[in-house]
Amino acid sequence: MSDLGLPAAVETLRRVREDPHRLGHRGHGPDSPVEGAGHGATGPARKRIVVGYGFWIFLLSDIVMFACFFAAFAVLRGATAGGPTPRDVVELPRVGLETAALLLSSYTCGLSFAATNARSLLWTQVFLLVTGLLGLAFVGLELQEFISLAARGITPQRSAFLTGFFGLVGLHGLHVTVAGMWLATMMAQVQVKGFRREIVHRLICFNLFWHALDIVWIGIFTIVYLMGVTP
Amino acid sequence: MFGKLSWSAIPLDQPIPLITSVVLILTILGVLGLVTAKGWWPYLWREWITSVDHKRIGIMYCLLGSVMLIRGFADAIMMRSQQALAINAPGYLPPEHYNQIFSAHGTIMIFFAAMPLVIGLMNFVTPLQLGVRDVAFPTLNSVSFWLTASGALLVNVSLFIGEFARTGWLPYPPLSEATYSPGVGVDYYLWAVQISGVGTLMTGINFVTTVLKMRCPGMTYLRMPMFCWTVLAASLLIVAVFPILTATLAMLSLDRYFGFHYFTNTAGGNPMMFVNLIWAWGHPEVYILVLPAFGIFSEIFSTFSGKPLFGYRSMVAATLFICIVAMMVWLHHFFTMGAGAAVNTAFGISTSIIAVGTGVKIYNWIFTMYGGRVRFSVPMLWSLGFIFTFVIGGMTGVLLAVPPADFLVHNSMFLVAHFHNVIVGGVVFGLFAGIDYWFPKAFGFRLHEGWGKAAFWFALVGFWVTFAPLYILGLQGMTRRLQHVNIEEWRPLLDLSLVGVGILIVGAVCQVVMLVVSILRRDELRDVTGDPWDGRSLEWATPSPAPFFNFAVMPNVQGEEAYWDIKLRAVESQQLSPEPRYEPIEMPVNSPVGFYTAFFATVTGFALIWQIWWLAGLGLAAAFAGFVVFAWRDVHEFHVPAEEVARVDRARRSAREALLERLGQQGAAT
Repeated sequence: MSDLGLPAAVETLRRVREDPHRLGHRGHGPDSPVEGAGHGATGPARKRIVVGYGFWIFLLSDIVMFACFFAAFAVLRGATAGGPTPRDVVELPRVGLETAALLLSSYTCGLSFAATNARSLLWTQVFLLVTGLLGLAFVGLELQEFISLAARGITPQRSAFLTGFFGLVGLHGLHVTVAGMWLATMMAQVQVKGFRREIVHRLICFNLFWHALDIVWIGIFTIVYLMGVTP
Repeated sequence: MFGKLSWSAIPLDQPIPLITSVVLILTILGVLGLVTAKGWWPYLWREWITSVDHKRIGIMYCLLGSVMLIRGFADAIMMRSQQALAINAPGYLPPEHYNQIFSAHGTIMIFFAAMPLVIGLMNFVTPLQLGVRDVAFPTLNSVSFWLTASGALLVNVSLFIGEFARTGWLPYPPLSEATYSPGVGVDYYLWAVQISGVGTLMTGINFVTTVLKMRCPGMTYLRMPMFCWTVLAASLLIVAVFPILTATLAMLSLDRYFGFHYFTNTAGGNPMMFVNLIWAWGHPEVYILVLPAFGIFSEIFSTFSGKPLFGYRSMVAATLFICIVAMMVWLHHFFTMGAGAAVNTAFGISTSIIAVGTGVKIYNWIFTMYGGRVRFSVPMLWSLGFIFTFVIGGMTGVLLAVPPADFLVHNSMFLVAHFHNVIVGGVVFGLFAGIDYWFPKAFGFRLHEGWGKAAFWFALVGFWVTFAPLYILGLQGMTRRLQHVNIEEWRPLLDLSLVGVGILIVGAVCQVVMLVVSILRRDELRDVTGDPWDGRSLEWATPSPAPFFNFAVMPNVQGEEAYWDIKLRAVESQQLSPEPRYEPIEMPVNSPVGFYTAFFATVTGFALIWQIWWLAGLGLAAAFAGFVVFAWRDVHEFHVPAEEVARVDRARRSAREALLERLGQQGAAT
C-alpha cells in the first residue's frame, strides 16, 4: 500500500488508471474534449464513466427519498401524543459508538478501493471485510437500541413522533443491511473473478453507495440525535 | 397459510366484475393457447421477452400502454353511463363498485396507459435520434419494462381476486388508512404502483445518463433534436420526484401494515402531510407526461412544415424552465387546505408563471408553421388538434390557479374537465401523433391515412362533446365522483356528455381498424426509403425497420438537424457519401433478468397484498438469489461481424440511391 518514493512514471501510470479521463482536472468546455468522457463532440462515454455517472444519478434519487423521511420526521417531531419526547429516546453513548463504527467503515471502504486500484486482491478483501464487520456492528447496535426502546414501550405505534423516528432511522438501517449483502456478494465475486472490468465498476458503485449512506447518517446523527438532546 | 386470501375474495355475487374477468381470463388463455399451438414461445422468448434492444422494449411498452388505455377507457364508459342513468335513480353500478371504477380509471390511465406509452416512445426514439446503438443500461431497461408490466398485472388481478381501492387514484388518508379501508383494495394500489414506480425511476436514471453521456460524435447539447431535450427534462423530473412517491407510499404502507402514525388522524399523525408529499410527486408527474409530448409535437411541426423548428434555443430554455418550475407549484392542488393567503398567493403566482414557458412553446410551434409548406398528414392533424385543445385547457388551468376562483370550483366537474382537457389534448393526442409518426420506423410500413384521419376527427369532436358539458356542470356546482345525481336539470348535459363518449368509442374503433387495415395492406404502405415523412433527425437516416444495431457506422454530426444536412449534401452532389469501412459492432446480449425480477416482484407484491408472509419472504429471497446468479454472468456483449454490418448497410445505401435518383428527377422537373 505504500506508494511513497515510487518513480514518477509509476506514479503517472497509477494516476491514469485511477482517473483515465482526467475528470476534475480540466474544464467542461469544447476546447479540451477528452475522448471517452462523454463531453461535447467526442461521442459516447466509456463504460466506466457511464456506469459511475448512472450510479451517481441513482444516489441522488435515493437522497431524495431520505429527504422525504427527514421532512416527515421534522413535521411529526412535536407530535408526541403525550408519549415519550426526543429526550427520552436518545442515548448518546450508544449512538456515538454507532457513528464511530460507520465513519471508520467509510475510511476502510476507501482503503479497500485504494487496494483495488493497486490491484491487490488480499488488501481489497481485508478492507472490505473490515468495512463489512464495522457495518455489522453498526446495524447490531441499532437493533439493540430499537429492542431496548421497545422494551420500554417506545414503539412506532405509540405516537407520530416515534413513527417518524423509527421510520427514518430504520430506513437507514435497512439501507446499511442491504449494502452489507451487496458487500458480501462483491467479496465473493472479486475472489472468484478477480479484477475484471465489470467487477471494478461494481466496486466503484459499491464505494459510492457506502459513502452516501455515511453522509445520510451524519444528517440523522445531527438532526435526530444531537438536536434531540439540545433544548 | 394464505393470509387474508380465501375463496370469498372472488366476486361470485357481483356479475359485472365476474363476467369481465371471465372474459379477460378466457382471452388471455386463448392468446397463450394460440402462441403455444403455433410454437411461437421460443421466438417470443428470444426476440422479445429477453430482448434488451431499446426499440423492442419501446414497442412492448407501447403495446402494454395501448391495452391498458382500452381498459381505462372501458372504466370511463361505465362512469359516464352510470352518471347519465343515475339521475334520481340507482343506476347500474352500486356505490362500492363505482368507487373502485373511478379509482382504477385514474390509476390505470396515469400509471399504466400514459406512462408506458410515453416511456415507450422515449425508448424507441431517443437512441436513434442521438445517433447511438442503445441506451446507457440496456439490461436495466428491460427490468424497468417488466416491473411496469408487473404493476399493471397486479392492478388487473384485483378485478378477479379481491377488490381495488375505493379512495380515488391518489389514496388520501385517513380514508385510505386501515381503519377506514380495511380491505385489500388500497394494498393492491400500493404495491402495484410501488413496483411500477421503481421501474419508472430506473427508466429516469437510464435516460438522464443516456442523453448526457451517450451521444454520437458531434451531437453537442444544442444540436440535439427537441424530443431528446424533453426526454432529458422528463427524466430529470422522474429522478427528482419518483423517490417521493416511493417514500410516500412506503409511509402509507407502514401505517396500514404496522400501525405507524404518519398519516393517521390519531396519535399525532398528519393526513395533510400525505397530500403535500403526494402532490410534490403528482404535479411534476403531469410534466413528466406532457414534456415528451411537447417534444413529439416539436418534431412533427418542423417536419411537416418543411422548416427547422422556430426558436430552437428558446424552446430548450422553456423546457428546462418548465422542468424546474414544475416542482414549485404542487400546493395548487389543495388551495382549500387552509395554508393561508400568503402561501396560496405564492403558489397561485408560480402556477400562472409556468404557463409562460408553455406559451413560448405554443408560439414557437405556430411560427414554425408560418411560411412553411404544411402537409396535413395524420401526425400533423393530431398536432393541430392539440394546439386548439391544449390552449383552452391551459387557460382553464390558469383560471384554477387563482385561489379565490379555485375555492369555487375545487373538486368539481370543472376540474375534471380541465385536467382531461390538458392530459387528453396534450399527452394522448401527442402519443397518437407520435405513434403514427414513428410507426413506419418500427415496422417498415405506414399506418393507413384515411382511417387515421377518421380516428382523429372522431376523437377531437368526441373529446369536446364529452368534456364541454362537464365544464358547464362544474360551474353549476356538480362535484366529481358522484355515484348518483339528484338534480334533474343536469340531465341534458350528462346525456350530451354520454353522446360524446359514443363518438370517442367510434374514434377508438377507427384506431383499431386503422391498425388492422394497415397490417393487411402493409405491402402498399411499405416504406422502402427509411424516410417516409422527409424527416430531419437521425432516426430517418436508418432503414425502416431499423436494424438492431441502429447505425452501421456511428454518424458524425456537423450541425443542427443532423439528418437534414446529410440529405441536403447528398441531393446537392447527387451522390451518397463514400462507403465507409465497416467494422464489427459490439452489442449487449439478451437477458432474462427483467422477466425474472418482475416475476418475483409480482409474487412478492401479491403475497404482501394478502399478507402471506412466507411467500413474500420466499419471493424476496428468490429475487436476491436471482440477482447474484445474473451478476455472475461473464459474457455481456457479442460481436456483429463486419460482413453482416456491411450487408445491412449496403441494402440501406441502395434504397437511398433510389430515393436520391427520384428526388433528382423531381428537382429536374420543377
